[in-house]
Amino acid sequence: MSIDRRFFFKLAGLTALAAEVPGAGATPENSGKKGAGEAPKTTRWGIAIDLPLCHEHPDCRVCMEACNKGHNVPSIPDSRHEVKWIWKEKFSHAFPGQTGRYLSSELAEKPVMMLCNHCDAPACVGVCPTQATWKREDGVVMMDWHRCIGCRYCIAACPYGSRSFNWVDPRGYLKEQNADFPTRSTGVVEKCNLCEERLAENKPPLCVETCPYGAIHYGDLSKPDSPLRKLLDERFAIRRKPGLGTEPQVYYLV
Amino acid sequence: MLEKALSNNRRYWSWVAVLVMIIGVGAFFYLRQLQVGLGITGMSRDVSWGFYIAQFTFLVGVAASAVMVVLPYYLHDVKVFGKLTILGELLAIASVTMCLLFVVADLGQPQRMLNMIFHPSPKSILFWDMVVLNGYLVINALLSWAAIRAERRGETPPSWVRPVVYLSILWAVSIHTVTAFIYSGLAARPFWMTAVLAPRFLASAFAAGPALLILICLILRRVSRFDAGDEALSKVSIIVTYAMGINVFFILMELFTVFYSNIPEHMEHFKYLFVGLEGHHRLVPWMWVSVVLAVLALFLLVNPKTRCNHRTLTVACLAVFFSIWIDKGLGMVVAGFVPNPMGEITEYWPTLPEMMISLGIYGIGALIVTVLYRIALSVRGELGA
Repeated sequence: MSIDRRFFFKLAGLTALAAEVPGAGATPENSGKKGAGEAPKTTRWGIAIDLPLCHEHPDCRVCMEACNKGHNVPSIPDSRHEVKWIWKEKFSHAFPGQTGRYLSSELAEKPVMMLCNHCDAPACVGVCPTQATWKREDGVVMMDWHRCIGCRYCIAACPYGSRSFNWVDPRGYLKEQNADFPTRSTGVVEKCNLCEERLAENKPPLCVETCPYGAIHYGDLSKPDSPLRKLLDERFAIRRKPGLGTEPQVYYLV
Repeated sequence: MLEKALSNNRRYWSWVAVLVMIIGVGAFFYLRQLQVGLGITGMSRDVSWGFYIAQFTFLVGVAASAVMVVLPYYLHDVKVFGKLTILGELLAIASVTMCLLFVVADLGQPQRMLNMIFHPSPKSILFWDMVVLNGYLVINALLSWAAIRAERRGETPPSWVRPVVYLSILWAVSIHTVTAFIYSGLAARPFWMTAVLAPRFLASAFAAGPALLILICLILRRVSRFDAGDEALSKVSIIVTYAMGINVFFILMELFTVFYSNIPEHMEHFKYLFVGLEGHHRLVPWMWVSVVLAVLALFLLVNPKTRCNHRTLTVACLAVFFSIWIDKGLGMVVAGFVPNPMGEITEYWPTLPEMMISLGIYGIGALIVTVLYRIALSVRGELGA
């Protein structure tokens, strides 16, 4: 059953690929660990967040609310039990070690949008003892909430705090339920899925689509002429904890 | 053989009754946890492993320590350990069982745990830990069963025992090494990501486990006719002394590397443990108790006079056991999560249900030890009153 489900996900991903890029099929070369220099040969999704533009609107919560609503992410008041897919963190926490005595203290306090980095070499995937989390050919790090046994090894392994565990029944904390997306049960891990359900329909992720200022970009990193790659060529961007070898694919334009 | 566990003795049965009550309370709280979720524990988004996983880690060490009496007996012909090997193996059975129960207690979806077998994942250290722990349980069950049966029949143990014993020696080292790899392979957690973690785990295990074995032997002397013999106890206490010395040495090596290199991410975890960080210092008193106990233990163990006196040896063994329990069963796991990778601090303390469930699992372990030791001793006719 689980294998079927996973196969279905892969198929859905491939179908989306085929629809968007005629003639491009997934190859095994595009999976597993790779160096920073090699570009993948098939679609590889990535995200770029325009920090200065985002900082102009410090009270904006549009992307978070759209994501939470679209994915039935509960709003749990107890911060110890919170479930987070996309959220705000102080710059000094998002980029620890990047602030200092003589660096702008204003910047250190500015919020940064945090989400799963959909790493090229995700630490969470290797440690999972049931293969309930895996990296798709197009780079999306997926979760099977029906296979996860809730051991939380992936949470210990993720250097970005991107994974949440359902400490309590999340269904009790949903104001309204989106019938088009599953809810989760107690005792499983979840995280941002890069809106794979929307990518499959050729739609952008919710955070990208709903940002009123166009501060969140998405695109295919494998195409040198894709708008996302052009953006990364033109502007200086940083990534969270790049030294750990996880190759995060969420870029922060500064 | 099993009927030996059921013989009539008032003191034995009242002890069993106490254990069954403790297990019952634990079971009650576990049912609550199944209903509500792991939210009834003190664990959180930031400190996502706590008391259960720490107890699991500590007990893997106790299980592995059986090798400290088995190895000298089989490889170096230390004859006085002959009576102790069976106690070590039976203690290992109880410890590994508790380890497995603690892991299951920590799962969010325990009914799905067989997914680890349906979808074997050789890249996950947890998969290998499952393999080595269950293997160790089987090996020790097999060896102790063969030993007790041979004793009852008055025969020498069958010839297959020796190769299996050699396997068990290597296997004992593997269970604690693999358990250390669960932690030391994570780039996200600088506190654990140290090559000395596995050696440290082994050294602390070979101190705490044999210390517990000495305490058990001294108790058995009072409640049964079983006497390990002064020579055997003296030899085990020397093992405890060296292992504890090496354990403290490894901790000091860790402290040197972390503080001389002066990398904040690495230092903060130790600061949290020993002096507190940004006003958070819940574990600080505990860690200093652990330090004081370690110093006291080494003082009593290194001095031959206090090591050979059973009264002071008892104090030393208790000090070793609880010093390492605090270090491994409380500080080691929690400090890996404090501060979190973003540098934020969420403190952790186990809740009442969490402690009761843990106590229940320890109750199961104590019950297993009680029943198995009773069988082993009655076969030998050393049960006493």
